[in-house]
Amino acid sequence: MKLTLKIWRQKNPKAKGNFETYIMDNVSPKMAFLEMLDALNKRLVEEHKDPVAFDHDCREGICGSCGMYINGHPHGPVPAITTCSLSMRYFKDGDTIWVEPWRAKPFPVIKDLIVDRSAFDKIQIAGGFISVNTGAAPEANSILIQKKKSDDAFDSAICIGCGACVAACKNASAMLFVSAKISQFALLPQGRVEARERVRAMVEKMDELGFGNCSNTGACEAECPKEIKLVNIARLNREYYKAF
Amino acid sequence: MSKVLFSSITKKFTMALAGLFMLTFLPLHLFINLMLLKSEPGPFNTAAHFMATFPVIKIIEVVLFAAILIHISYGIWLQIRNWLSRPVGYVSGNKSDISFFSKFMIWTGAIILTFLILHWFNFYFIKLGIVKGNPEDFYSVAHNLFKIPAYDIIYLSCFALLGFHLFHAFYSAFQTLGLNHRIWSPVVKVIAFIYAVIIPAGFAFISITLWLFR
Repeated sequence: MKLTLKIWRQKNPKAKGNFETYIMDNVSPKMAFLEMLDALNKRLVEEHKDPVAFDHDCREGICGSCGMYINGHPHGPVPAITTCSLSMRYFKDGDTIWVEPWRAKPFPVIKDLIVDRSAFDKIQIAGGFISVNTGAAPEANSILIQKKKSDDAFDSAICIGCGACVAACKNASAMLFVSAKISQFALLPQGRVEARERVRAMVEKMDELGFGNCSNTGACEAECPKEIKLVNIARLNREYYKAF
Repeated sequence: MSKVLFSSITKKFTMALAGLFMLTFLPLHLFINLMLLKSEPGPFNTAAHFMATFPVIKIIEVVLFAAILIHISYGIWLQIRNWLSRPVGYVSGNKSDISFFSKFMIWTGAIILTFLILHWFNFYFIKLGIVKGNPEDFYSVAHNLFKIPAYDIIYLSCFALLGFHLFHAFYSAFQTLGLNHRIWSPVVKVIAFIYAVIIPAGFAFISITLWLFR
């Protein structure tokens, strides 16, 4: 395939940045999207040019670091996958592909397609944990948990914190991320002990960091690579009201 | 405490409650407006007089205006924050598979507010004595207005937008209040759709009937 790439290039957080156009010949449909970017970078290095900076780690759809905005979608146009799982077979010969970094005030661009997502870490640090004494693992059946609740908590816990929800939301809201992190604890007895303090602290931190407000458009749910559901946001709202 | 009172979730909670209260008023307004279809002005003018003078209604009117004020001011406040949260937009736009009109609530809301102000000039301000007119004969005021084609077109356009606004708002308010349920949320969506179609269609029916068939 022959593709035209329009990629956001920005030297550093303070630089203005602009789109650069790259023509890619002989792109195999069997390649992964990141492999295609690797091929581009190899060429740029050989031409003594600065390669495109992008985040990646596991390349297995688990770590959530490979976030980039492709043709109007976080992680590209295929639902429920991360960028590293995006195959080039979803594009066709002659396509123009726009590649942009996440756009949100709390996610400033560091370089090219890499954004600083430490805002999510700050929200987690504010309350996304349970306080327990470390030591030997407790007996698994000492606290019985309903299967349904356990499953729901797990469904929330699979959020990888990639930031696609913020990137997709027209308001750059982090409500889906925060709601998943609240839900994974709120549904379990171990998480109930600090539920009140947790929700207050995490919402306060989310607001302080400059994320927008949820207007229930559902873009976050539509684009989440782990299919985190909007029901989590309703639960976050309930948890917040219960905390007072 | 101020962080709690003015947190993003509290603001949205307040806006949702105010919006839901406003939703209860529209069916009553439609019921009274249907009396405009009668050939004699008596029933409509009596209902309008009752609405203007009955003490309980007057108290509810104050709550309604407070709800309108809160809904609009919080809506603008939240929207400004939303704009500030994404100072640089996407060149490739947003192609997420979501309801089209849910993306434009602030704009449909702004148009509805503009219509509301026009509506107050035509009726409510006459009642208050700010604008000249006979507050005891709103039947004639309404009939005369609906005879103006430009007014009807504006009226019908605004009610179409109100329908789109209401559909997302109705469902969204429940979600904001934390009321999301596997079985009941789809039911709320159906009720929201029915409400968002019937209420504006009712007002539009009156407008079209008085414009074209009287």
